[in-house]
Amino acid sequence: MNWQSFSLSRWLGIITKEFIQLRRDRLTFGMVVAIPVIQLVLFGYAINADPKNLPAAVLAADQSPYSRSFVRALENSGYFQVVRQLNSESEAEELLARGEVQFVVNIPADFSRRIARGETGTLLVEADATDPGATANAVAAMLQLANSAIARDLQGVLQDPVPATAPVELRVHRRYNPEGVSAYNIVPGLLGTILTMTLVLMTGLAMTRERERGTFENLLSTPALPIEVMTGKIVPYVIVGLIQVTLIYLIGTWLFHVPMEGDITLLYFVLLIFIAANLTIGITFSTIARNQLQSMQMMVLYFMPSLLLSGFAFPFRGMPEWAQWIGNLLPLTHFLILVRGIMLKGNTLYELLPAVWPILAFTLAVLLAGLGFYRRTLD
Amino acid sequence: MDDFVIDVKGLNKSFGKKHVVKDFSLQVKRGEIYGFLGPNGSGKTTSIRMLCGLLTPDSGSGTCLGYDVLRQTAAIKREVGYMTQRFSLWEDLTLGENLDFVARMYGMKDRRSAVAETLDTLGLSARRDQLAGSLSGGWKQRLALAACMLHRPRLLLLDEPTAGVDPKARRDFWEELHNLAGRGLSVLVSTHYMDEAERCHRLAYLAYGSLLASGTAREVVEQRRLAVYTLSGPDPASLAPRLRQTPGVLLATPFGNTLHVAGTDAAQLQAALAFVRADGAYRVERAAATLEDVFISLMPDSADAPQ
Repeated sequence: MNWQSFSLSRWLGIITKEFIQLRRDRLTFGMVVAIPVIQLVLFGYAINADPKNLPAAVLAADQSPYSRSFVRALENSGYFQVVRQLNSESEAEELLARGEVQFVVNIPADFSRRIARGETGTLLVEADATDPGATANAVAAMLQLANSAIARDLQGVLQDPVPATAPVELRVHRRYNPEGVSAYNIVPGLLGTILTMTLVLMTGLAMTRERERGTFENLLSTPALPIEVMTGKIVPYVIVGLIQVTLIYLIGTWLFHVPMEGDITLLYFVLLIFIAANLTIGITFSTIARNQLQSMQMMVLYFMPSLLLSGFAFPFRGMPEWAQWIGNLLPLTHFLILVRGIMLKGNTLYELLPAVWPILAFTLAVLLAGLGFYRRTLD
Repeated sequence: MDDFVIDVKGLNKSFGKKHVVKDFSLQVKRGEIYGFLGPNGSGKTTSIRMLCGLLTPDSGSGTCLGYDVLRQTAAIKREVGYMTQRFSLWEDLTLGENLDFVARMYGMKDRRSAVAETLDTLGLSARRDQLAGSLSGGWKQRLALAACMLHRPRLLLLDEPTAGVDPKARRDFWEELHNLAGRGLSVLVSTHYMDEAERCHRLAYLAYGSLLASGTAREVVEQRRLAVYTLSGPDPASLAPRLRQTPGVLLATPFGNTLHVAGTDAAQLQAALAFVRADGAYRVERAAATLEDVFISLMPDSADAPQ
């Protein structure tokens, strides 16, 4: 007699109510639009994974037109600012140790001679790798710069361009994790963190708000089922999430020129799963919490590891094992793999499946926990 | 089997160490307006919540609309209309949206017409698109009543529905309740107002978690066997402090230019009033006990009574 089945009509009723309330709540609605824009612009510019004008010193044992045009090219690239011309190795050591320069470029004595002979000239680069993200792009650019600069010079002097071997080879001394942070890494990462913060926040207060306004008693006195209420409250925010995603995506491509190598429908598909995961954790927090403050505290507890241990702030493989273990429980960790995989590497669903199911499992487990905590009485 | 819409026995409820409702038993007949009285914190709200399945009793048993109050709460919720003490509809929804939502929660098929009809009968049609939060107290109360009657329940549980509502609106409200009862709907309504208590078919008085009196208004008054005297003369209220100290006097309450003095032991009360009669300046008249006399007399009684 007490048995009740899920009612679609009731569920739609809850969805409709939430939609109307969301529409009337100007502040929340403003937040939906403002937070992604503000965060993206702030993070996008402040967390600059592609730093320019990095101080560099040049230790040139070879004073030749080749080495001079190489140094000019370094400066023209915008990545480097050559602050010193050095005379000794010990001087270079000292500058690096004191952190006055990020790079020391060593041009060996036989550099121009080898190039003139058609051999490969070797450049030695010492990079201060305390901030690996800061050097990765600059180093990557350097080889390119050297080769094109020298090649231009060679065209004028020698009529034999020798295209088979590159004229310059770069030897970089760095001691960091090979997964350098790319300039484009940050925006897809932000997609995940912005969604995590805003969506958890929005649903995290959904149930406690009913409780604090006294409307929960009314809701409880109706035959509405916990699953109907919880999922019904989530649905409108899925749309909110998709609006945010589109906003971030557009800004990301327009302002930050983030590439989109993969399939955009696949991106939206994994986004949908990720949005559902965050909304579920939010609604579960607010189901467990007795008031909005408690809910906020739980959210902070969730945000911290999500930001720090997901691979957003620090390279995931560089973290200790225990941190990786925690990180692997979080949806954001897997989502970062998905979104970077799709946008930057052009991965397909088949390649991404190992990162999809943990998010689904997380969502289901959290939803079940929320239903378990849902109090059907006021006891 | 019988005609009781509410039939519960020995319900108990504690919150932590606080025993809020003690051995609560109640029988309400079909078509009856049953008044529920008692001071603040006497357990009225808790009792009502147990009846409609919002709270689980710690012990006890019984039925509400024939459904077990412990196990069949879902069925009870479908057929009971519960009006909370505090306005609990959504203030950021309009009247129409609120009612539509409630109708959907009860899975009503003819939802649109039911909402329109309810708005119409309560005279709220013109305010259909107004936000519920912008309504005044009286209108909120009408809306709340409309919402809890929308799904055509067989029993209404109303928790202080007229608190803070003006006399005219209260009168209209009670007229509506009697109309509904006439059509076979049963109503359990808690109130602090004596005039409302007298409008109920039967009533129960609850204090400190225990049911102290029940029956028709007349029965409740008679059961208490209260002897009441009214004193009139120069400033009768000045006698009250002294009288309250005298054994046999349960209450001494000023009413306009008179003082109501009551006690359960008529002989003792007579003795207590001897000094007033001796004064000669006061007229002492025997009066009929009112419901209010009874309730006020019950209040200190239960506090002193050994539990």
